Amino acid sequence: MGLHAVFFYLFAFVAVASAFMVIASRNPVHSVLFLILVFFNSAGLFLLTGAEFLAMLLLVVYIGAVAVLFLFVVMMLDIDFAEFRSGVLHYAPIGALVGIIVAAELILVVGGSVLSPQAAKSIAMPIPPVAERQNTAALGDVLYTHYVYFFEVAGLILLVAMIGAIVLTLRHRQNIKRQNIARQVARTPETGVEIVKVKSGQGL
Amino acid sequence: MDSFFSTYLWPALIMVGHSLLTLVCLLVFIAFILLADRKVWANVQLRRGPNVVGPFGLFQSFADLLKFILKEPIIPAGANKVVFLLAPLVSVVLALATWAVVPLNDGWAVANINVGILYIFAISSLEVYGVIMAGWASNSKYPFLGALRSAAQMVSYEVSIGIVIVTVLLCVGSLNLQDIVYAQKTGLGTMIGLPNSFLDWHWLSLFPMFVVFFISGLAETNRPPFDLPEAESELVAGYMVEYSSAPYMMLMLSEYAAIMLICALTTILFLGGWLPPFDFWLINWVPGIVWFLIKVCMVFFGFAMAKAIVPRYRYDQLMRLGWKVFLPLSLGMLVIVAFVLKLTGWAG
Repeated sequence: MGLHAVFFYLFAFVAVASAFMVIASRNPVHSVLFLILVFFNSAGLFLLTGAEFLAMLLLVVYIGAVAVLFLFVVMMLDIDFAEFRSGVLHYAPIGALVGIIVAAELILVVGGSVLSPQAAKSIAMPIPPVAERQNTAALGDVLYTHYVYFFEVAGLILLVAMIGAIVLTLRHRQNIKRQNIARQVARTPETGVEIVKVKSGQGL
Repeated sequence: MDSFFSTYLWPALIMVGHSLLTLVCLLVFIAFILLADRKVWANVQLRRGPNVVGPFGLFQSFADLLKFILKEPIIPAGANKVVFLLAPLVSVVLALATWAVVPLNDGWAVANINVGILYIFAISSLEVYGVIMAGWASNSKYPFLGALRSAAQMVSYEVSIGIVIVTVLLCVGSLNLQDIVYAQKTGLGTMIGLPNSFLDWHWLSLFPMFVVFFISGLAETNRPPFDLPEAESELVAGYMVEYSSAPYMMLMLSEYAAIMLICALTTILFLGGWLPPFDFWLINWVPGIVWFLIKVCMVFFGFAMAKAIVPRYRYDQLMRLGWKVFLPLSLGMLVIVAFVLKLTGWAG
């Protein structure tokens, strides 16, 4: 138990501290790097609770893909952060409002069992003990049976978003020479090469 | 106090010893693999390759190591110092950390965890950060271009690698690396009357996926013909341009550790890990680690030959291969494999 607590406080402290650094650091690239550290420590917290599958997914999806694109974009953009920062106080009330709403929702979710024991019991499937069933399999059991329609709808929404992004950025440019691999491969010596007999001193 | 010793300290010491042993063996192995890479490349081009230090140049890598350590590290004036030095550290730590779960023999893994394959996939998908950070922190044009290329390339090929891994997992029914090897004890070979042979392994039953995985592995580790982040004809040395001495060595080391990891992963997923190729008493008597290393070296020979033989891809061709060829191919195979497993009832 002792070691467990030590690791919990380590991960939690680093996560919160680096979350603060995300908004406090001057360089946007440093902000993203601190954000990655937050994700990493949250994955550690998941591991401590025994949710190994979620921890690995957090690493693969958020750090391995999402944050890479963040970093990509932040490095490419040339943002003047001093100018950006000058209006910070102007937006403070909106930020505070969003913060209060998120905090209230978090309290409702975490403290749900205290506020309304009835609602907390209505979870569709009990969580199987870790020793009996690996949590990868346990998640699959729930996700592909009880929640299969929600799962598919989520997939469809992502598909729509993906197609939308492609449609928005795809431009067919004229006057551009494109490589057609199939045509290139289908070329034979007969179609590709013309053999000409050139008389000396005359040229073509 | 006594319980503290037996519950925490002793297991921790064993784990540290085990990790150190794995690490030292791995580093020595990488030193010789590096030499082998250069030798294969040289022989294809009718050169001799390194042949001065030690017999047949066997100690060349150690001489290089000494040189790298003794030289002066240079940090460019415009570089972001912290990130510049952090980048090689991050890449080397991540590349070596993946080896914690690789089973070299039956039960020979530092950590035999249930989500082993996911762990490897997760950590190796983080290796792109070393490259991006190095390229950005150098504050120079070529490294930055190299880093951008590498980010897009590694993210693209991770998709097909992930789908190939999912296909193998469908056949196995577990995310544990040892279970993946155990599952290859029976397979196509057993069905045609050659049990416990190399025909049982996944390379035969999932042959298209094996090819996709091998080529995606080349792209994922920035190996030629996909070494665009460090294409010397275009970007000098890509993201490594500004690095020198020990930080450069760490970038190089992490690259080779990642290559060895892909070789080991190919061995585990498709070539039966530590399993012997035939069911014959003399061959069964050979320890599994020997088979594992032989298979890893064979896959690496494939990597080295690809470097020596295949000309470098153009960047748009690389993207086309990843998104328009490998992604549909592996997705299609995934659906087919799932259907076959469901209809025949072979799934575990």
